[in-house]
Amino acid sequence: MVEVEALTKRYGTLEVLKGVSARFEPGRVTAVVGPNASGKTTLMKCILGLVVPDGGAVRVHGENALGNPAVRAKIGYMPQDPRFPENITGREVVAWIQELRGSRGRDLESLIERFGLEAALSQPTRVLSGGTRQKLSALLAFLFDPPVLILDEPTAGLDPLASSRFKDLVAASRDAGKTIIMTSHVMSELEELADRVLFLLEGTVIFSGGLEELRERTGEAKLERAVARLMEGA
Amino acid sequence: MSPSRLLLLLLLAFAPAWGRTLTVCPTCPLKTLKAAFAAADDDDTVVVDGGHYAEGHLVLEKSLRLVGKHLPVIDGEGKVEILTVKANGVSIEGFEFRGAGVNFVEDQAAVKFVDAERCLVQKNRFVDNFFAIYLQRSRHCRILDNYIVSNAENELYSGNGIHLWNSYDVDIEGNYVAHHRDGIYLEFVRDSRIVNNVSEDQVRYGLHFMFSEHNVFRHNVFRHSGAGVAVMYSKHTLMVDNRFEYNWGGASYGLLLKDIDDSDIRRNVFYRNTVGIYADGSNRTSVYANDFVQNGYALRIFANSMGMIFMYNNFLGNTFDVTTNSTKSYNSYLKNYWDKYQGYDLDKNGIGDVPYRPVSLFAMMSENYPQALVLLHSPLVQLLNQAERVFPVFTPKAIEDDQPMMFRILWSKSKPLPSDTAP
Amino acid sequence: MRGTTYKIFKYTLSDLLRSRWILGYALLFAAVAGGILYLGDQPTQAVVSVLNLVILVVPLVSLVLGLMYHYANRDFALLVLTQPVHRASVFRGQFFGLSLALVLAYLVGAGVPFALYAIANPVDWAQVGLVLLAGTLVSLVFTALALYIGVAQDERVRALGLAIGIWFALTMIYDSLLLLLIVLAEAYPIDPWVIGLSMVNPVDLARVMVLLKLDTAALMGYTGAVFNKFLGSNLGLLLAFLALVVWVAVPAWRAQRVFARRDF
Repeated sequence: MVEVEALTKRYGTLEVLKGVSARFEPGRVTAVVGPNASGKTTLMKCILGLVVPDGGAVRVHGENALGNPAVRAKIGYMPQDPRFPENITGREVVAWIQELRGSRGRDLESLIERFGLEAALSQPTRVLSGGTRQKLSALLAFLFDPPVLILDEPTAGLDPLASSRFKDLVAASRDAGKTIIMTSHVMSELEELADRVLFLLEGTVIFSGGLEELRERTGEAKLERAVARLMEGA
Repeated sequence: MSPSRLLLLLLLAFAPAWGRTLTVCPTCPLKTLKAAFAAADDDDTVVVDGGHYAEGHLVLEKSLRLVGKHLPVIDGEGKVEILTVKANGVSIEGFEFRGAGVNFVEDQAAVKFVDAERCLVQKNRFVDNFFAIYLQRSRHCRILDNYIVSNAENELYSGNGIHLWNSYDVDIEGNYVAHHRDGIYLEFVRDSRIVNNVSEDQVRYGLHFMFSEHNVFRHNVFRHSGAGVAVMYSKHTLMVDNRFEYNWGGASYGLLLKDIDDSDIRRNVFYRNTVGIYADGSNRTSVYANDFVQNGYALRIFANSMGMIFMYNNFLGNTFDVTTNSTKSYNSYLKNYWDKYQGYDLDKNGIGDVPYRPVSLFAMMSENYPQALVLLHSPLVQLLNQAERVFPVFTPKAIEDDQPMMFRILWSKSKPLPSDTAP
Repeated sequence: MRGTTYKIFKYTLSDLLRSRWILGYALLFAAVAGGILYLGDQPTQAVVSVLNLVILVVPLVSLVLGLMYHYANRDFALLVLTQPVHRASVFRGQFFGLSLALVLAYLVGAGVPFALYAIANPVDWAQVGLVLLAGTLVSLVFTALALYIGVAQDERVRALGLAIGIWFALTMIYDSLLLLLIVLAEAYPIDPWVIGLSMVNPVDLARVMVLLKLDTAALMGYTGAVFNKFLGSNLGLLLAFLALVVWVAVPAWRAQRVFARRDF
């Protein structure tokens, strides 16, 4: 469970979040959607503590998350474009994060197998393709079995097989009661995974609710169309 | 000199020493030097066997041989002149003289010769004296292998280790002198030789010439003094094979030349002095085959010095090779090795094809603005020096070595130098 | 989370020690310094030449490699910051790791040629030691500055421009102004000012520190009382050292503050 309350954030004169409040329920996948520069990434970064909001509150499992790094032990995160120190191997990256978290995580070998990372892990990360880096990033996010997962464009660059295995993993995590927050440009993917939608436009929540509710309100069956309708101001 | 007188002289020279031997010691019948001097005749030998003698001021007017055994101490107790010799042919050997008193009216010495000939002072110790060995209007004397140390702290309360005034034909050899005002001081002295001495930690100069001529100093070491050697108002001084080192401080020099003429400076090593050679009004003096190593300024030559020749010298690791106070120069620089030289030698004759200008722009600058020294080795300074080297505007054009050597000159292998004759 | 600093330090160092840039820096420095030592025939001149490399090359390389590392690792830093760690610890770990990598590269690049040179030539180890110390401190100062620029400036091209500007200002422009001041002041008693101003610039500080041992003789030639008191004693050496430490600490501390508060 993640709650944000009246989050505001401005970069200079640009107001990115204008009092965003939302609840992300456990056992649900919430898709954060909206056009570019609508505040999606900033919202996620506020939850992760990467961006310090000007006002408002963030709570993870009821615990204040602002200025409280311990909370991040409960969160797994896949950034949009994951990069790693270029001279070290994937296996070392995994070991480092394990050491930083003070935990070995669980099912490392099965995650490696799931994403087909056996060979890639022993190579310096600078030679890895974007897709492979994405897989490594997914592995790191899921390894510690965190109750909250924040996934920013998680399938970008993944091949179809990896993508489908990844989606299976997300679905299983949801079923295991985890709170999942994700963004994607691929609407069909969100349609497949998401239970709820949080629609942001220019830093304001335009819509927050279940997928069905969205369809009813916009009269569109397809998520893509529904979103487009919202953007037109429905 | 007639043949008969010459024969007599020869006979005298080879005649066996005659005269008696008197012994002085604390338990002997003769217990004081004063008593021994009174009892002795010319040409006697006085042997002093151990003991400590504080007899005030002693005056010796007989030609005696004084021999100390077991290092007898003759003490002036910080008050008096210890021994004044007014006779010829006196020799003094094997004593320790200490405590010749400081006096502002008279130069009180441990041993002073007045109007004496053929004196010999050898293998003695001189400790904490105002002046140690003093020759006044004396000649044909030898001062050999003495150890001379005092406790001088400033010029006012200190005297010189070996002091010669108005004397000639004196050999000063193998002495160690430290912590005096000047280690060795010569005023109106001619035809004397200073060889194999070590003079260090003097308040003023290691060796000091005033109004002297035709003297030689060689194979000496001068270190840790205000100036290693100062030659002033003197002529025809030959300076060979000496080491001048670690003379540094606000106004310190390896060799300080002030109004001197017709001298030779050869095969000396100048190492880590604030200034290697400082020349003020020095004329017709040649500086051949010396090593200038890691000095602040190897040469500081004032424009009132003329006709000096600098040749076959090595300049190694000096902060500044040459500085001067004017854009004019009447001295010549030729065939030296300068480690800062960046030219080339296309015809492979060992001589650089482009001239070297040893006075750098920054050297000129810090002459006028000494605070600029804080910028030494700054990239900016390097840049300015390079620019000046390419387009000389400020540095004296007259100071130029147009035959700079490409390699360090090794003296032993180099050809004999013009007029290089041993004295 | 004190352990985090050490862990991040370890990761940064193990990454950088395998970096081709760091390796190239060490090798190139060794080649140039070795060439100078081999060609020059006077140990003191050699020390002066290596000192010039320290003054010109070490600041520039530390700035540029520091910035390159900062921008190349921004995304990984982001991943690390989403772990349960304090930002200050992450910053310190990165700073220490980057500093040590650059210092090691410098020490190898400058030290190995001197060590080889010492086999066949007399070497004044006090001078060499001082040059190594000065270079180490300069590396630290400019690593701290690089990270300060990096955390405060998101645009890498602008940051690089700023870094080169700072480098040029500190190595050339500053000394030009100082020289101008000395010439213009002429007869005024500005000794304390000159010393004070040369204590403000880290590049001058490093140079003066080595100067105090290398060119004592020349410096003693000028009899200004303040100068001699400062230059002639170990006081000057100690003050220069302390001022350089301040030059490391202040930018590093400022950078850590910015790093702790900024948005990623």
